[in-house]
Amino acid sequence: MAKAKLMDFDKALELFEPVLGFEVHVELSTKTKMFSAAPNNFGSEPNTNITPTCLGLPGALPVVNEQAVRYSISLGLALGCDIAPSSSFARKNYFYPDLAKNYQISQFDEPIAINGNVEVELADGRLFQIDIERAHMEEDAGKLTHVGGSTGRIQGAEYSLVDFNRAGVPLVEIVTRIIYGAEADAPELAKAYVSTIRDMVVALGISDAKMERGNIRCDANVSLSPRGSGKLGTRTETKNVNSLRSVERAVRYEIQRQAAILAGGGTITQETRHWHEDTGATSAGRPKSDADDYRYFPEPDLLPVVPAPELIEELRAALPEKPAERRRRLKADWNFSDLEFQDVVNSDLLNEITETVAQGASPQTARKWWTGEIARLANIADAEPASLVTPTQVAELQLLIDDGTLTDRLARQVLEGVIAGEGSPRQVVDARGLAVVSDDGALIAAIDEALKSQPDVMEKIREGKVQAAGAVIGAVMKAMQGKADAARVRELVLERAAAL
Amino acid sequence: MTDLIRHTAAELATALASGATSSVEVTQAHLDRIAAVDGAVHAFLHVNPEVSLAAAKASDARRKAGTILNALDGVPLAIKDVLVTTDMPSTSGSLILEGWMSPYDATVVTKIREAGLVPLGKTNMDEFAMGSSTEHSAYGPTHNPWDLDRIPGGSGGGSAAAVAAFEAPFALGSDTGGSIRQPAHVTGTVGVKPTYGGVSRYGAIALASSLDQIGPVSRTVLDSALLHDIIGGHDRHDSTSLKDEWPSMAEAVRNANVKGLRIGVVSELDGEGFQPGVLARFHEALALLEANGAEVVEVSLPSLQYAVAAYYLILPAEASSNLAKYDSVRFGMRVNPVGGGTVEQVMSATREAGFGAEVKRRIILGTYALSAGYYDAYYGSAQKVRTLVQRDFAAAFANVDVLASPTAPTTAWKLGEKLDDPMAMWRGDIATIPANLAGIPGMSLPVGLAEEDGLPVGIQFLAPARADHRLYNVGGALESLLEEKWGHTLLSQAPALIEGQR
Repeated sequence: MAKAKLMDFDKALELFEPVLGFEVHVELSTKTKMFSAAPNNFGSEPNTNITPTCLGLPGALPVVNEQAVRYSISLGLALGCDIAPSSSFARKNYFYPDLAKNYQISQFDEPIAINGNVEVELADGRLFQIDIERAHMEEDAGKLTHVGGSTGRIQGAEYSLVDFNRAGVPLVEIVTRIIYGAEADAPELAKAYVSTIRDMVVALGISDAKMERGNIRCDANVSLSPRGSGKLGTRTETKNVNSLRSVERAVRYEIQRQAAILAGGGTITQETRHWHEDTGATSAGRPKSDADDYRYFPEPDLLPVVPAPELIEELRAALPEKPAERRRRLKADWNFSDLEFQDVVNSDLLNEITETVAQGASPQTARKWWTGEIARLANIADAEPASLVTPTQVAELQLLIDDGTLTDRLARQVLEGVIAGEGSPRQVVDARGLAVVSDDGALIAAIDEALKSQPDVMEKIREGKVQAAGAVIGAVMKAMQGKADAARVRELVLERAAAL
Repeated sequence: MTDLIRHTAAELATALASGATSSVEVTQAHLDRIAAVDGAVHAFLHVNPEVSLAAAKASDARRKAGTILNALDGVPLAIKDVLVTTDMPSTSGSLILEGWMSPYDATVVTKIREAGLVPLGKTNMDEFAMGSSTEHSAYGPTHNPWDLDRIPGGSGGGSAAAVAAFEAPFALGSDTGGSIRQPAHVTGTVGVKPTYGGVSRYGAIALASSLDQIGPVSRTVLDSALLHDIIGGHDRHDSTSLKDEWPSMAEAVRNANVKGLRIGVVSELDGEGFQPGVLARFHEALALLEANGAEVVEVSLPSLQYAVAAYYLILPAEASSNLAKYDSVRFGMRVNPVGGGTVEQVMSATREAGFGAEVKRRIILGTYALSAGYYDAYYGSAQKVRTLVQRDFAAAFANVDVLASPTAPTTAWKLGEKLDDPMAMWRGDIATIPANLAGIPGMSLPVGLAEEDGLPVGIQFLAPARADHRLYNVGGALESLLEEKWGHTLLSQAPALIEGQR
């Protein structure tokens, strides 16, 4: 793949206004699939979570999952949308081997939710309004694995395997209106928007929301409008970007790539593009025109969805607070400084800290763990902090410090053990024998041992040179392999000097 | 008991209850009949005597133990190949599904099994139920037992011919535009298309989802009612299935009475374009009903002139989508192009080889009708006509209890006669299509033989949605009156299929 020419980002912004649009797919965490009683589970053996309906077998019929409808209404309400009194399903017809029926049951002209608005907060606290055109229900496709090629893509593969476990998993597709005015914030806004959607579905409890598993997938539409032209440019749609960082990078990349082409007198091809995490670049997918003919028509196997007004009101009353409101509340509750809170938001650790605090750790200690040691280790491992440890484990670790079982230093070793999969913090403490030695007898024996090689220390202490105790404390800590409470050792040393 | 195959399902139930015969004996008699005549009729695509006899044996054991599942426990029946079955192949008359074994039973098949009925086999049909003659079956045509050179109707010619040829007392069919009623008309049998949603479609291989409906095929109105009572009712696997509590159709037949019944004769289906012998028998039947207390009035359904055109847009549109799943990826035929190929090429080669001409014709038509830029003109307009037809029916049923017409314009035509003129074959569906467009129930029952060709003629009754029992009432009454007048059943006049027998 030839590397595309990129224009400097600031230069690109001088010449062009970036125009954005997002389609975010959210997989709902219902027990069963959108239209069948097959389990909606991630990670099962291929082709085990299937029914005749998932496979599109002759004669099989879809039945709407009511829980998925409720989840979709809740999401629509959280997006500030109007819920359609009657919405209907339609068939989107196209042939593809991961699509069992060769049509996808989706919603077309009558989506369940329309006309919403989401408040997105940038890192520096500025708020940005994003208008939502619609949110509609549909089913996911199966998963193809291309075998025998070098790239893992269909081109060059010897054969392909299809896993229909994902076929029929409920999705809500959220479509924004065209977003103008993001300017240089465009990449960050993209990330913040997807992050907001993710926080929303987590708060609603309607999705596992793991981007790396594809629970949330973002298609980012980017086009450039030449300054002063008042004309929209040709857009590209970068598909299935599956981390927040990638969303930001992909939008930035497309702005730079398109700017370079346009400035060089070229034209942008309307197409889908694939994001490559490794090279940090997008590559051309298939041409996409507005006239793609999916031959939509009303799904005759399903009746319209007509939610009772009482149900809508019940779900509205049960909505969690909006992400921006929640952030304002948490900042106050936790009593973080502006800088501390921004650090948390930028590191995308709000949920982890909330959970950790809920498990009994203080906000400040939770923050220090997540933005400090865990973030450091995550950076080394090139992973998301939340993929290394759970908030429950972090809270347990902190409680072990609070009750004196561990020192900060020991706790960091325990954390490494937890990340290495050795069990819970308590289990790691026990297995590695990392607890602070709180037996004074053992400490006094170690102090006596240390004094043997430094017999003049006690004298110096009695003469008032208390800092001389440091050498003994250091030797004791070394002898105890760090498993001693330095403060207690110091106390014991001073007591011993006084008693002599 | 002698001549077990001549008995109706209701009579067989009585004989089984009295101990005069056994399910094994009855089943064997029908299997013997199939072996004797089906070479000529070709009503069945698949028969498995061992499976049938095992089911019959189980029924006899239940009866001995006093644990029968239903009054009809042990009575055999035939199943149209459009319904999926776990113990017999399900092909829908298509090569693309040759030998395909379903991992699940259609809901109606589950229901007949749970009632203890004994499946005899799967019956022939036009490929994916597209056709009015069974000539579009990938496995060769079925022959009309009244004249083996003639068509048995379609798409359910196999089920109708099996019943008319005494190979089964009754059968399951499917009706998308007349596929139960028109074969009944040309074979002198009874066929009912229930209200849309009255019988589950789960496991019925879809032709056009908004039009398809499963229903009974039999030699008497009562037998259809008995089968209807078994297969009807809500199914949570079918979202379009109605949740109504249904009255007993069999009771409606047993209490049949047309005194005071208002019957509307559809003026658009009475006259031009209809064979004289068909019209003559139709009017005689009406006169008989009138003589027995019914009131016959003329009604007009002006939108019917657009019904066939609308139907042949809606059906292909839905079918083009429903048949997209036959792509070789997960089941059914797979054709690998010479030298291998991409998945698209394999799909294309499979569909080229696996589908017949009529299926391809309708897929292309439907794909076109749904295409961007044509949708409003074709599919959109057709849906508007559908609404108009529904309004016409609603207006008519405000004044009458049931509507009546001949079931089809002509009697059975010669095999091959209309094969080169699909439009002529489509126009023959004029009387049956409107019920499918409107979702209302319809019944065809025999009213005699046309003078000019000596072939059976059927009358069609239509009722408002959810009023299927009205069909059984008027049908049951007319059947009794006719047989009283004739002194015999119509089918007893059918020619012998085996020398020396009738």
